[in-house]
Amino acid sequence: MTAAVTSASHPLAKSAGSPLRFYAIWLIGIAALIILPLLFSSGGSLTSFSLIGIAIVFALSYNILLGQTGLLSFGHAVHYGLGGFAACHMMNAVVAHGWPIPLPFIPLFGGLGGLAFAMLLGWVMTKRAGTVFAMISLGIGELVASSSLILRSVFGGEAGITTDRTALPRMFGWTFGPQLQVYYLIAFWLVLSAIAMYALTRTPLGRISNAVRDNPERVQFIGYDPHVVRYLAYCFAGFFAGIAGGLAAISFEIANSAYLGAIQSGLVLFSTFIGGTAYFFGPILGAILVTYLQLGLTSLTSVWQLYFGIIFIGIVMFSPGGIAGLLMMHRPLIRAGTLGMVIPSYLLAVVPTAALACGVILTIETVARYSGGDAINLFGVAFNPQSPVTWAVAAVLVVGGFLVARLTWQRIAEAWDRAATVARDRGYLA
Amino acid sequence: MTAAIEVRAVEKRFGNVGVIRDLNLSVNRGERHAIIGPNGAGKSTTFNLISGHIRPTSGEVRLNGDVISGLRPFEINRRGLSRSFQVTNVFARMTVWENVRCAVLWATGHRYAFWKNVDSLPEVRQRTAEILDDIHLTHRRDVPAGLLTYAEQRELEIGVTIASGATVVMLDEPTAGMSNAETERAVALIRRLTEGRTLVIVEHDMSVVFGLADRISVLVYGHIIASGTPEEIRRDPKVREAYLGEEAH
Repeated sequence: MTAAVTSASHPLAKSAGSPLRFYAIWLIGIAALIILPLLFSSGGSLTSFSLIGIAIVFALSYNILLGQTGLLSFGHAVHYGLGGFAACHMMNAVVAHGWPIPLPFIPLFGGLGGLAFAMLLGWVMTKRAGTVFAMISLGIGELVASSSLILRSVFGGEAGITTDRTALPRMFGWTFGPQLQVYYLIAFWLVLSAIAMYALTRTPLGRISNAVRDNPERVQFIGYDPHVVRYLAYCFAGFFAGIAGGLAAISFEIANSAYLGAIQSGLVLFSTFIGGTAYFFGPILGAILVTYLQLGLTSLTSVWQLYFGIIFIGIVMFSPGGIAGLLMMHRPLIRAGTLGMVIPSYLLAVVPTAALACGVILTIETVARYSGGDAINLFGVAFNPQSPVTWAVAAVLVVGGFLVARLTWQRIAEAWDRAATVARDRGYLA
Repeated sequence: MTAAIEVRAVEKRFGNVGVIRDLNLSVNRGERHAIIGPNGAGKSTTFNLISGHIRPTSGEVRLNGDVISGLRPFEINRRGLSRSFQVTNVFARMTVWENVRCAVLWATGHRYAFWKNVDSLPEVRQRTAEILDDIHLTHRRDVPAGLLTYAEQRELEIGVTIASGATVVMLDEPTAGMSNAETERAVALIRRLTEGRTLVIVEHDMSVVFGLADRISVLVYGHIIASGTPEEIRRDPKVREAYLGEEAH
């Protein structure tokens, strides 16, 4: 009995992971960033990678609020946008005054722009958490977005502020004209920001932020003012969002009111939540997926936002931990060696679930394209949105797919129960 | 010698309802002081008033001679007063280790630092390990607090409360909902951990109160009707009438 108890505590105690593996993961990530453009060197993919890199920095900065401190902000794009404007103005000023500041330093000024605004308004905003904070962030977001159209001298009105990144002093002989050089600049700042933001979670402030997220009342009785903790977290989030905005300004050579708006704020909330807020790498996955979908879906369908909405609702309802939560759920099973018990049930579910998904897509596209639109091309098969055959296929796929898929989902749940029970017996699951 | 806690003529009203009226309470340094009273007497409100959770309508509270009424909870905590909660109130998604470590950070002077690695602060690690050892939860250090058993959570609650090294510790019904064996364990733990500190405890279990306390105050309808040693309280006719009498027969 005692042996069982001690062995039960042992595997859990080792869950922190070895430092060697920790550094290996970071090095693999950095290596991937370096190699990616060599594998996919077309202009289109370089632009995609650049956008994904910016989105990752932005989503990670958002998770300082949402995942680390428990602050749901509807106006995070304010810092992103102001960072972008700050970077544009700085670039134009560097060119106009002939300052010796090369382009790679510009994102820092974007960060300072985001930080300055966070420091200014953050104190009032973070006085309260929860709904009050969410509402104020929404209000501030709208306020800044609408001011951007009014204050023309700062924000350039509808047209925005344009700039020329190649006019800045060179560094290592790089002009930053080609997209490849811009990509590496973004990748550099991505790595720097990600390391800094990860390190932040390992500081006393980072840990106390988690405590404030879990229980702001109790934090007061261990000597901390939750308001100060929220404020500092907010400033850091604003700073890194500003860096992301600065990178965007460099990439597009423009900053306009779209940077600051509710759509941008919604998109980062979306990416972060889909990726998963409980793990540091969650927002990275979310930013990659959402940016990729955004780029891919817009060329395929006019109702791409609808798919985003469905994915978001699906995640909120069935996997509140996001993609990262889904992945990490399997860690104790892998450790306990019971992953093999659930894999067959997954494979069984793939076909009916995919059929259901195809049915839903077909239904949506039929509705969207019924009155005038191209034929639906679903994985190489053409469907006429006005033909009853298409409607019948969609109905069969949705109804049939759902009925069969539901059975396979039940099997997954049962297999999970068995695997988790064994893992628990072996002491890998609390 | 000034008292550790001195409550003078404190009154608390919520609207027109006076919950606490003319409350006077004195807790000497180093003593174990229990507050008892029937349900709704205002014991938790008294705790909330002293710890800064709510502000008194009038009157004052002193900690080691300094006025603390009107200060905010974290300011009072920094002056060396720490409290636990009747309902378990820990950081549910953080591990046992992190719960205790968070409670150690302010007292070890790291405050809001964002330039230090929290894992490489030797005195923090050592102090956290000591506390975990004290509350017998070392073997559960990497378990999220929300997954602990109820009794373990109560022990963690006590650990978090004493971790800052506070000189005055207030525990709100630390053994509520525990079995007899668990209560015994908890009382031994409290006795050991509050050695050399001032303890104020709210408790319903009379065996715990009379076994642990040096002095007892009886609170009825927001007013202390008697304060004294367990023996004096037992003999006090007012107490027998208002409170113990009901249980005596």
